[in-house]
Amino acid sequence: MGDAKYFTTTKKGEIFELKADLNSDKKEKKKEAVKTVIASMTVGKDVSALFPDVVNCMQTDNLELKKLVYLYLMNYAKSQPDMAIMAVNTFVKDCEDSNPLIRALAVRTMGCIRVDKITEYLCEPLRKCLKDEDPYVRKTAAVCVAKLHDINAQLVEDQGFLDLLRDLLSDSNPMVVANAVAAISEIMDASPNAAQVLEMNSGTINKLLTALNECTKWGQVFILDSISNYTPKDDKEAQSICERVTPRLAHANAAVVLSAVKVVMKLMEMLDTSGEYVTSLVKKLAPPLVTLLSAEPEIQYVALRNINLIVQKRSDILKNEMKVFFVKYNDPIYVKLEKLDIMIRLTSQANIAQVLAELKEYATEVDVDFVRKSVRAIGRCAIKVEPAAERCVSTLLDLIQTKVNYVVQEAIVVIKDIFRKYPNKYESIIATLCENLDTLDEPEARASMIWIIGEYAERIDNADELLESFLEGFQDENTQVQLQLLTAIVKLFLKRPTDTQELVQQVLSLSTQDSDNPDLRDRGYIYWRLLSTDPAAAKEVVLAEKPLISEETDLIEPTLLDELICHISSLASVYHKPPNAFVEGRGGLRKVLPPKSELGEGVVDSLGSPTEPTAQPPQSTVIPGADSLIGDLLDIDLGGPGPSMMQQQMYPGQSQGSAQGGGGSQGLDIFGEGLDNLLGGGPSGADMLGGLGDIFGMPQTQSYVPPQEVWLPAAKGKGLEITGTFARKNNTIHMELTFTNKAMQPMSGFAIQFNKNSFGLMPASVMNIRSPLPPNQGASTSLPLNTQGPVMKMEPLTTLQVAVKNNIDVFYLSTQVPLHVLFTEDGEMDKKVFLATWKDIPSQNEVQYTINNVQHNADTVSQKLRNNNIFTIAKRNVEGQDMLYQSLKLTNGIWVLAELKIQPSNPSFVLSIKARATDVYEAVKQVFENILHN
Amino acid sequence: MIGGLFIYNHKGEVLISRVYRDDIGRNAVDAFRVNVIHARQQVRSPVTNIARTSFFHIKRSNIWLAAVTKQNVNAAMVFEFLHKMTDVMAAYFGKVTEENIKNNFVLIYEILDEILDFGYPQNTDTGILKTFITQQGVKSQSKEETSQITSQVTGQIGWRREGIKYRRNELFLDVLESVNLLMSPQGQVLSAHVAGRIVMKSYLSGMPECKFGINDKVLMESKGGKSGQDDTRGGGYVKNTSGLYSKPSSSTKTSIAIDDCQFHQCVKLSKFETEHSISFIPPDGEFELMRYRTTKDISLPFRTIPLVREVGRQKMEVKVVVKSNFKPSLLAQKVEVRIPTPLNTSGVQVICMKGKAKYKASENAIVWKIKRMGGMKECQLSAEIELLNTNDKRKWTRPPISMNFEVPFAPSGFKVRYLKVFEPKLNYSDHDVIKWVRYIGRSGLYETRC
Repeated sequence: MGDAKYFTTTKKGEIFELKADLNSDKKEKKKEAVKTVIASMTVGKDVSALFPDVVNCMQTDNLELKKLVYLYLMNYAKSQPDMAIMAVNTFVKDCEDSNPLIRALAVRTMGCIRVDKITEYLCEPLRKCLKDEDPYVRKTAAVCVAKLHDINAQLVEDQGFLDLLRDLLSDSNPMVVANAVAAISEIMDASPNAAQVLEMNSGTINKLLTALNECTKWGQVFILDSISNYTPKDDKEAQSICERVTPRLAHANAAVVLSAVKVVMKLMEMLDTSGEYVTSLVKKLAPPLVTLLSAEPEIQYVALRNINLIVQKRSDILKNEMKVFFVKYNDPIYVKLEKLDIMIRLTSQANIAQVLAELKEYATEVDVDFVRKSVRAIGRCAIKVEPAAERCVSTLLDLIQTKVNYVVQEAIVVIKDIFRKYPNKYESIIATLCENLDTLDEPEARASMIWIIGEYAERIDNADELLESFLEGFQDENTQVQLQLLTAIVKLFLKRPTDTQELVQQVLSLSTQDSDNPDLRDRGYIYWRLLSTDPAAAKEVVLAEKPLISEETDLIEPTLLDELICHISSLASVYHKPPNAFVEGRGGLRKVLPPKSELGEGVVDSLGSPTEPTAQPPQSTVIPGADSLIGDLLDIDLGGPGPSMMQQQMYPGQSQGSAQGGGGSQGLDIFGEGLDNLLGGGPSGADMLGGLGDIFGMPQTQSYVPPQEVWLPAAKGKGLEITGTFARKNNTIHMELTFTNKAMQPMSGFAIQFNKNSFGLMPASVMNIRSPLPPNQGASTSLPLNTQGPVMKMEPLTTLQVAVKNNIDVFYLSTQVPLHVLFTEDGEMDKKVFLATWKDIPSQNEVQYTINNVQHNADTVSQKLRNNNIFTIAKRNVEGQDMLYQSLKLTNGIWVLAELKIQPSNPSFVLSIKARATDVYEAVKQVFENILHN
Repeated sequence: MIGGLFIYNHKGEVLISRVYRDDIGRNAVDAFRVNVIHARQQVRSPVTNIARTSFFHIKRSNIWLAAVTKQNVNAAMVFEFLHKMTDVMAAYFGKVTEENIKNNFVLIYEILDEILDFGYPQNTDTGILKTFITQQGVKSQSKEETSQITSQVTGQIGWRREGIKYRRNELFLDVLESVNLLMSPQGQVLSAHVAGRIVMKSYLSGMPECKFGINDKVLMESKGGKSGQDDTRGGGYVKNTSGLYSKPSSSTKTSIAIDDCQFHQCVKLSKFETEHSISFIPPDGEFELMRYRTTKDISLPFRTIPLVREVGRQKMEVKVVVKSNFKPSLLAQKVEVRIPTPLNTSGVQVICMKGKAKYKASENAIVWKIKRMGGMKECQLSAEIELLNTNDKRKWTRPPISMNFEVPFAPSGFKVRYLKVFEPKLNYSDHDVIKWVRYIGRSGLYETRC
């Protein structure tokens, strides 16, 4: 008879009976009773009333009974601390037992009893056990230190347990080493003080690597995870660690394999990317990752989530392994969905035919989510691999013919994206799409269909009827659909103004007067105003050419990706979230990839040789999301006339819904401020400004020009005073000079020459200044400069030494060139290139500055910076913070990437700069400060 | 690390609950039951986060095993551990069922106390656990015995104890391959791979060092020309006492490309990495020495050619041809073809030349069994399926036709070249060891879409 009977006792007076049995003289009866107690405890009954009686059974030489009593103690000691004291003596005695199993059991259990009074008594036995002759006791004691630290960190540090623990790293027994490592990692995580004592060095790492060969699979995981937290001192050490870790890739345990992958992925960052060794490492990583896919489904899931990260970091690792990600009929749904994700990432021209055939197959499966995702994937393929677009479109059309409702809707959503990517190519299928109008009941599909109708209104004869049919239930539609419908009808009106006037009136009044939704209302007003003021401008705005859409979706932000790579195999890598997003309390240090080793690098990257990011053909910019078109329009921000203008009132006469509202300047105000938020922080359209500025006859935007400074005081210049500054006008650098003659006689024969400087600046023409210059008079000139002169690195970098000659003497002066005049107009990096470059530049090159006291919002800031050729490539809103990603290019080809973090209501901005040549940082930061404070 | 471990039955009642960490409260037990076991929808992920607590679960028949944590733990390790734990339980009391768990709950608590400490997995080797956690309760042990136990639990060679003696030194090697195939209806191989396992049964005295040689391209090239050849494939073991396959051969064409391999922890991985040799001290008795995976040049034992024709809305005709593709002298066994039928099937007429075929309504499939089938043969089955009228507009998504079989060779071409045994301390040599090798190829997921 088994133990199941203990679960079934539900008699009344049970506790009372148990009490009697527990105090019985008969061993068997006692044991039976304790078992019943444990069974009750398991199912959640409160048996704490039996505490003294159970503790009484503790003193026994029956190990099984003892274990049961200990189990009970661990559960209830906390609720009965005073009673728990009764157990201390037995524990202390057991710690001295001749049987190592009992010694270990006692110290293991004692650590789990979180009662202060017991903890006090734990210290001495623990100290002894850490030095016990038996490895089984030592390995248990090692973990016990971590337990104690969790209860009372101070005590552990005061009692010197940390040193004892560290000593165990040199233990002869591999399992003791492994448990000590586990305990140390946990303690270091929890307490920064302890972290200092326990810091790993190359010596300890060496010991760990030795133990790695001999300990259990779990121990290997502890050790590998701990090694992954260590940053070697140079690339040689990194390589030697890699060499000793790679054999683990052939281990049968998935956790060992993934932890080894983590170490290798991390250390590879330090090695020369083009080197032979890295190439061989990359080759070694693929097979074990693939093998993980034949493990149990849960492990496959963890592996797939990690592979998703790994292919984003190093796409080359698995590029030839597409087939293994094909979905099997019996895969659990979570494995299927993840495989699909990775398939899309690995799709290329080489394998598109196979992939497409698979996806088509999947689109007929049963699981709705999976089918939807497959349909979407077909659309992504079309966008990613241009030569296959046509086949993808026809596949989608086939799917639409199935008339399966959700397949049709999903197909329409992706076809909209395909139209965006390849305008004027596949419009022939619009008729087929229109047939399915009635079946669309999901907002996203409806919005997409409306967008298509609006976009191609001129080719759809009954576009007005179609849109009108949507208008009937306007109030009940989802916001997304309403917004899209508004825009589509305005488009239609601009294309066919004659017969659609009524329709546009109707939609404008529906969105402005009958709607409570501020987004919709505001957009309605803008269109209304725009249409009534200047239809030509409206046309240019509404029908503007759209930026291309990106090929990749769901890419993880590079800094987060790097952090997640450090967490391979852990929960963070499964959730694709940093640990602090789901772990309570402990902030913990953010993990970052180690910097690239400096040897042989750096020198090449310095100023002299411009380091361009990998040459890629110019590609699409990224505007994500369905209603991006409208997003573009509303993100317009006129920075031009400076802050005074910007702060003006937002809407003149809002309540009247005023169609008569005013001429150019008022119209301007509408666009001048704040509208960027209409869509809840949609994508930022960086280059929308140009067109609109022209429409409203705005002055061309100007870059920041620092005030003139005295470069040569009259006292030193024998009467010649020179003040000057630098400006960038019409894509060239100008030196603005004012010469004042403070001497008694006229001056003449002016000439100017530059010393070699960091950026090769030299005058592009002869200085043209009034000569002779009579006494007490001044003359100004603007001297164009080019950057074709000789280069010599200056300290500081922006120093420019100038010699000015006149009929009296030669004067030497030195000045600082504000770096922003050297930012070129083509400094807007493609988003993809940006991501790749950001990833590519080692993280030790990243420097953070805080810029205090800035009084602008994100859009003003990005406009201001843009005026100075610092281009905002993307804007994201993360937990209320605006993140601006920016690029700029110096005249000598150096690219600088920046990330600007702006918290609302906090005037301190955080600026992170990343570039290959770190010398420019100080100057770049100075530029940001100047521009933002101006 | 793991904060707690719960086992539930299918109703969500707790059978085992062991909490290792203070941050996991009793309410975690209920949270999992409510949000996962009783969830309306099918579970979409084996990892669930509820109120900043993460739950990892696996299912064995209708038993749920859940590990709980509030930390950023190593997820792969947690799942590996859960699987290992079910293995340990199975080794103690057979199938993991509600009844067995209830009957052994004291034992399970004892095991859980041993294999997880503060949430850190400890030694989980069943062989060793069984030496000191027994169902009868621990007998009092002598001092020597206990110290032997502790040194084994923590030892460097944790998988083998000293002082093993056999009168006859003997070893058995099973090369077990499962061949996986996904084929398009047109007969194009979409993906195929072989997952192989080498299971060794060793009955050797002392602490023998073994060296294992296989016909892997990389290993053979680095060794240079020591390759062997064998022509003794057969259903049973092949006995060879004088070192396996000692006949010299010059060719390396029999070598195969192994994509990846994994070893039992007894294999010295560093030696494999540097010297390309597989050497180890084996555990006593049966264990899995190695796993490997190949994708190239797989000889697929069978091909299925499906022909499905929908005749109107109420009838379907299915024709399936199965061709065997291996040496005529060999025999495949336990051949089974499973042909899925629509849910609204009302009746089926089957005709087949060989074997027996039956429509199984409960499984929605025609199951065609052929006991034995020689190489280079062809069999055919045709069936007429009658369908009921349904309102369900959705098309039937034809699941693939799957096959099961067993063949007496290794479809990957894998060969054992030698297995040498050295025991320097005892007086038996490699020649005295009796060695047996057997090759079995089985179907894994062997599917043809139709």
